[in-house]
Amino acid sequence: MNSVHDMGGQQGMGPVEYEEHEPVFHAVWEGRVYALSRALRAWRKWSLDTDRYALEVMPPVDYLRMSYYERWLHRLEQQVVKYGFVSRDELQSGRPAPGSARANPVFTLATADRWQNRGIASSQDPKVPPRFKVGQRVRARNINPTGHTRLPRYARGKSGAIVRDHGVYLFPDTNAHAQGEKRQHVYSVRFTARELWGEAASPRDSVHLDMWDDYLERA
Amino acid sequence: MAEPNDMSVDRREFLKGVAAGAAGAAGPVTANAHAAGHGHTDDHEHQDVPSDLALRTKALESLLVEKGLVDPAAIDTLIDMMETKVGPRNGARVVARAWVDPAYKKRLLDNAPAAIAELGYSSGQGDHMVVVENGPSVHNLIVCTLCSCYPWPVLGLPPVWYKSAPYRSRAVIDPRGVLREFGTELAADVEVRVWDSTAELRYLVLPERPVGTASLSEEQLAALVTRDAMVGVRKVMPTPSGGYP
Repeated sequence: MNSVHDMGGQQGMGPVEYEEHEPVFHAVWEGRVYALSRALRAWRKWSLDTDRYALEVMPPVDYLRMSYYERWLHRLEQQVVKYGFVSRDELQSGRPAPGSARANPVFTLATADRWQNRGIASSQDPKVPPRFKVGQRVRARNINPTGHTRLPRYARGKSGAIVRDHGVYLFPDTNAHAQGEKRQHVYSVRFTARELWGEAASPRDSVHLDMWDDYLERA
Repeated sequence: MAEPNDMSVDRREFLKGVAAGAAGAAGPVTANAHAAGHGHTDDHEHQDVPSDLALRTKALESLLVEKGLVDPAAIDTLIDMMETKVGPRNGARVVARAWVDPAYKKRLLDNAPAAIAELGYSSGQGDHMVVVENGPSVHNLIVCTLCSCYPWPVLGLPPVWYKSAPYRSRAVIDPRGVLREFGTELAADVEVRVWDSTAELRYLVLPERPVGTASLSEEQLAALVTRDAMVGVRKVMPTPSGGYP
């Protein structure tokens, strides 16, 4: 969807603010939110793509106002209710409903190593043929879906060249909405800075984006 | 910090009760909602009242633990791993190895996940790594304009600036301006290649080995390599930067 998370090329965000000797987490709760989010996703009720979309649909003002892990906390509170882990009443009261069933965690010390791997399927799949070849000229399609997409606005309608075939991956635009994995090839596509930003850009510079087959058409 | 709109007074009172009453499962709650940009000496603005965010997190974790949905020990382990075991030190070892061993460098550029796994680092946001090499005429820069994709196994979790609106918005349209803010001035005839991590590929920059380091050991070289250089916002300097990043 065309929301504020799609930041490439936006202006007015100010200089990069750099923190010396930055800690991994700035507060204990940030680490807990990070780890809880990963442990809950191990139940596989929702995908990484679903989680990304949950941030994208946040009201833009909230997205910009909240810190990174505040967004994660907000998302986690929503996902556990939406996917039936806890009821809204339980979230409000902070206590399990009387008589509610007790589960067994799937993300445990014994299984932690396995869950470190996010379970991205192998990128090699000879059954899925590529639609494009390295060296071929392509154009990113001009699409404006209201669902999840990983095709940023700044590249839509722009032409580039395939520089590498990364193999086969799940298609986020459908996978985020439980509409199927739609496995297809992902390519590194090189766009010149001038194609993306006009004649004022450096003639030497380029931006590479990773793009699924369905994002591309022949140029 | 602004109040989340959906938090009623009742809920806040409840959360404070949780914080006061719940000893332990989730560890200590500290108030530090204003953390970004501050040093972490303990002598300023110490608060005894936990922040709303800390309270909400504590309440959610207690509920999830009580319902058997998460194992608190596994949560502790996950945090410990990101705080102490995974970080730019890993990436620095990969870079130093590539500098001293041309055959390793070739494997790294051809098949980064396998070459990185040779040093014992793998999985989690690194399953599909790509290493891009800087040289006298090419400078690479990594960004994720859509969210916060970052090569965890070799760099750990990303710093706040990498996830921030200024970096995400400007790295693709004004990479040279961003680099200048980091003190990295590139000649006009150097090609800047920006890599926007829009899929499940995770990028690492192989920086240029600084001149004057021919006599250094692999370990000494690794000590020169910074997180920022492996994202591509700075170059590696011939003397240690005083620690990571």
